Parts: sequence; structure tokens; C-alpha cells
Amino acid sequence: MGTENQGPVWEVFIQTKPGQPYKHAGSVHAYDKELAIENARDVYTRRNEGTSLWVVPSDQIVAVSASETSSFFEPADDKIYRHPTFYNLPDGVKQM
Amino acid sequence: MKETLENTAELLKEFEAKIDAEIKIEPRDWMPEDYRKHLIRQISQHAHSEVIGMQPEGNWISRAPSLRAKKILLAKIQDEGGHGLYLYSAAETLGVSRDQYIQWLHEGKAKYASVFNYPALNWADIGAIGWLVDGAAITNQVSLQRTSYGPYSRAMVRICKEESFHQRQGYEIMWKMMQGTEDQQRMAQDAIDRWWWPALMMFGPHDSDSPRTSNAVKWKIKRETNDRLREKFINKTIPQAELIGLKVPDSAIKIIGQDAMGENMYEHSDINWDEFWSVVNGNGPCNEQRLNHHIRAHEEGAWVRECALTYYEKSKEK
Repeated sequence: MGTENQGPVWEVFIQTKPGQPYKHAGSVHAYDKELAIENARDVYTRRNEGTSLWVVPSDQIVAVSASETSSFFEPADDKIYRHPTFYNLPDGVKQM
Repeated sequence: MKETLENTAELLKEFEAKIDAEIKIEPRDWMPEDYRKHLIRQISQHAHSEVIGMQPEGNWISRAPSLRAKKILLAKIQDEGGHGLYLYSAAETLGVSRDQYIQWLHEGKAKYASVFNYPALNWADIGAIGWLVDGAAITNQVSLQRTSYGPYSRAMVRICKEESFHQRQGYEIMWKMMQGTEDQQRMAQDAIDRWWWPALMMFGPHDSDSPRTSNAVKWKIKRETNDRLREKFINKTIPQAELIGLKVPDSAIKIIGQDAMGENMYEHSDINWDEFWSVVNGNGPCNEQRLNHHIRAHEEGAWVRECALTYYEKSKEK
């Protein structure tokens, strides 16, 4: 024991119903993709939590968070005109 | 972010501001070493408890009194295995591998809940474990849903959704026995007599004797203290016992008032702390048996892992 770690780590994403976005649920260990998807089913969908599953090798995920590079999300900070509430509308507009 | 002596103080300030603002800490965020260490210890101990907890109940799968009871028990034990995996998954985000966690368990460096070092002697014990042991665990886990570490919190939410069936199935077993013959009623009372105190011990030492509580509460790893959670469990459980005609094995039990919700609050005797520490330190009835069984199962399962790995490598060559 000590080197094999029960296979590499895979991240599991579940779609609860058709039409819903996939949501991260957790991770599993598995040696290959068939075992990964079966392990994900056994661990994360014992109560019909989903109708569709994704598994992705953890080391294939590229990630960034604001706490690491505060400037990364800065381009969005000064563009309030991207929000509908920025605009003035004449009285009498019922629905827009 | 590169860490230097100068910016550690700044990082700590930002970390604590997040904790104060109830913003969850995520795996890639900076965290103090002590926070990481506390989580590594607490989450892995929690994971090991789920897995070791399968043993006392596993003994009863082949002896369940009906097919219904057997199917329920199998599903419950499968859940416990699943809960262990959710928790290992959360614990691994702290930068420690699953193999390492299991090795620490096998070397005796990591602990699991002492309550699983007591034996399940008869079918009534399966009722008492579900009702009392899972009940105590739920009380703790409901509180931990609000823990400050994101992956731990998410695992707790998932676990709490599944746990309430565990407690209900245990209580149902006890209730059924209390409607049965005198012998069955005696068995049920005997089971609560033996499991009541170990269940109360699950909440850990008094806050005053729990050196790690203060940091854990300050950093919101724990949201409520051991004693507070124990009181909640006692107040909830005594009326459940009385409803089906069982007596809690504590002659000092007395109603001392009502809480804000109008529920009774109880006075009770103190735990036998010598027994608590003796079991924690390895001298409970089943400590050796539980750990040896885990090591044996892990070693005997090695061929499955080897086969899976070999199959993967061979299929790559094609």
C-alpha cells in the first residue's frame, strides 16, 4: 500500500433532471473511465439524484479563483452597462 | 500565491474576515496550517467512523429477522460506506491522499468514533444503534452543515439528507420490540441500557476538557460545542424513549424547564469519563477486532485493485 491510491481521482457531476445544468457532487477513485462512472453511480446516485452523470479526471480540470489572482475577474467590475438595471426607461413602458 | 513572512499576517487577516462574513473556505484558498491540520484530523476521523461503523451492523445482515429487515440493513450499511467516501473525498481536497489516510488509520495514528468499539450483541442492538448512535451522529452533522470548509459542508448536507432514514429504521425496530413479548421488551430495554452512555460519549469530552474546541469554534469548523450538542440530543431522545415505554438508564433524569420552542430540558448524570478515555485509548471491548478486520479487508481486497489496474494498463496498449 502507499503508491496506488485506489486509482486516480475523478470529479463527478450530476444532472438532476433533463434540462438542468450539471452540478459538481464530489469525487471518486477509479482506474479507468468505466469504473469511474460506475463508482460515481454507486456513491452519488443511490436515491435517484440524477438522470445523467459526468466524470472527469481531476488533473484535467483547469481552475482559477478570485482569491489567487484578484485581477483575473476585474474586467467585469467596471461594466455596469451590461446589467439591465443600468438603463432608464420612459414611464409607461409596461414590460421589457 | 507565494507565501512570505510579511504577507502571512495579511493572509490570516483576509482568512478571518471571510470566516466572520460566513464565506466558505475552498480548497484552493489560503488557510492557516492549524486550520488545515484540524480539518485533516476531524474529517478523516469522521470518514473512518463511517467505515468502521459498518462492522457492528454487518454482523447482523445474515441474521436479520425478516427479508424486509435485511434489505433495510443492507441499504443502511451501504449508505455508511458511501458516507465514508463523501468524507474521504472532502478530506483529500486538503492535500492528503486516500492511501495516506487509510495508512494512518491502520497505524493507529488516526482515530474513529469510540462508540464502534462496543459490540452489537443481538437484534435489539441494531435498533439501538440506528436510533441512538445515528441519532447522536445526526445531531452533530446537522450542526456541521454550517462548517466553514466548503467541501466538508457539502458532504454534510448530502449525508444529513440520507441519515434520517437510518434513525427512523432503528427507532422502528425498538418500537416493534416494545409491542412484542415480555422477552422482546426486555431485550429492547437491555439494548438502550448498554447504548445510552456510549451514544452520549460520542459528543466528546466536556468543553472545558476539550483543548481543540476553541480554535475549531473560532474558525467555525465546529458551530456548536460538544456539551451543547449533547444537551440537544438528550432533550430530543428522552421523550422518544418514553413514548414507546423505554427508560433511559440514568436515575438522575429530571425535567428542569422548557427551551424557547417549549420542549423539555433535562438534568442528567455525568458520563463515566474513565470509561470514555479507556475506550478512546484502545481498551474498549472491540478496538483490536475492529482495526484488525479493517486491515484484513483492505489486504484481502488488494487483488481487486491490482486486477483493475492491470486491466486498465493492458487496455491502453491496444
